[in-house]
Amino acid sequence: MPQLVVTTREGEEKTIEAGSGLNAMEAIRDAGIDELLALCGGCCSCATCHVYVDPAFADRLPAMSEDENDLLDSSEHRQATSRLSCQIVLTEDVEGLRLTIAPED
Amino acid sequence: MTDYDVLIVGGGHGGAQAAIALRQEKFEGSIAIVGDEPELPYERPPLSKEYLSGDKTFDRILIRPEKFWEEREISMLLGQRVTAVDPAAHRVTLADGTSIGYGKLIWAAGGDPRRLTCDGHDLAGVHSVRTRAHVDQMMRELDGVEQVVVIGGGYIGLEAAAVLRKFGKQVTLLEALDRVLARVAGEPLSRFYEAEHRAHGVDVRLGAAVNALEGDGGKVTGVRMADGSVLPAQMVIVGIGIIPSVAPLLEAGAKGANGVEVDALCRTSLPDVYAIGDCALHANRYAAGAEIRLESVQNANDQAKVVARSIMGTDADYDAVPWFWSNQYDLRLQTVGLSSGFDQTVLRGDPATRSFSLIYLREGRVIALDCVNAVKDYVQGKALVVDGARIDPARLADASVPLKELVAA
Repeated sequence: MPQLVVTTREGEEKTIEAGSGLNAMEAIRDAGIDELLALCGGCCSCATCHVYVDPAFADRLPAMSEDENDLLDSSEHRQATSRLSCQIVLTEDVEGLRLTIAPED
Repeated sequence: MTDYDVLIVGGGHGGAQAAIALRQEKFEGSIAIVGDEPELPYERPPLSKEYLSGDKTFDRILIRPEKFWEEREISMLLGQRVTAVDPAAHRVTLADGTSIGYGKLIWAAGGDPRRLTCDGHDLAGVHSVRTRAHVDQMMRELDGVEQVVVIGGGYIGLEAAAVLRKFGKQVTLLEALDRVLARVAGEPLSRFYEAEHRAHGVDVRLGAAVNALEGDGGKVTGVRMADGSVLPAQMVIVGIGIIPSVAPLLEAGAKGANGVEVDALCRTSLPDVYAIGDCALHANRYAAGAEIRLESVQNANDQAKVVARSIMGTDADYDAVPWFWSNQYDLRLQTVGLSSGFDQTVLRGDPATRSFSLIYLREGRVIALDCVNAVKDYVQGKALVVDGARIDPARLADASVPLKELVAA
């Protein structure tokens, strides 16, 4: 099971275990971190699961779809490392992935 | 039974999010959620989509895992229905006679699916799509089903039809009005979705009047139409809206009828009683101030935040932009704003490309957009809705110019 290192909005760093086959949004939610609203439940229809990805992992993540890219444009806090965490499927390739939860819009 | 500082009635999106928001606002009193379903709070939208299709297990649609509620000290009183409210005594009564006291009551009970009233409405094989139990029962029966009749051409009916086609079932969809989505969308969107469903093999029948459901041995066998014809069906899905669950509040004297009236802080007319979500009748800025109920995750969630702040004394009026989504086949529909009351629509892009938007105007101002496989328009159109922008329809229709370039113009 891949491990994730998540930095919360309050700056606290937490290492969490991700269940297999889940995406990063689900792993963060299941670990009891309740800063992500993830209102659409992970179907890439909103932008309420916004995170920043450690650049060291950027090229190991699934490519960003045009829809995800467009949705991220709705955030005032978009950065070069922004992703929707529901679109990051957790595989062995991203073991140790470091994410920071973006501010709420 | 214990009394609670905050008692939340309803364990859906609104009730769950109200409890979460209270703890985020550092509320330290006791909180309990009374829910009439046996499950912990879960997401309802996937019931007619990823859960029905089997793409997501139940665990994946839980709003929070079980340990979250324990850690936040939010008590779950599940499988219980509130039947009476005594606002003077600050107590509710459950169906089993138990009485629970509250400091503040948050009514987030949502609604019950509207049922057919014709003969045969209670036959086995006739389903609503509102709860996990409904969908689990459908899934158990599906193997023996060849033909399904879906009654109601709203989002629930259309989404269910799309999943059932994926399963290879013969699907007939009956809509009483002359187009699908008639209550929520403009005609071009209705016609587009009718054509898509037909192209995917759904027999879409408009202006369809159901006379009765026919059965054999207590199980549905078909739908008898007003013209006497019978559509064979081993399963009937009824998606004809909800009836807000507010009877105990109205009986206790709360103002309301189709829902319970709330002010901008989600307060009902009863002291210390709030209401949020599908059942809350509220004046909405995006409906030109009209009193409406909004059946959406957005509304449940945003009103939950308002109610938490109301209770904490950090008041903030409910003023959120409505948004909504519906996934059918490979079509992603996203809506921002409320189209009710529009007097003009502008088609942006060509539906034949399966990527377009329908923009709604009232008195020349943009009030809503329905965006089909057009996420850019959805994202960029929000500002037009918030501003109530006045923009030349010819410019809105020009899909070669991004909407964001029209915002400041």
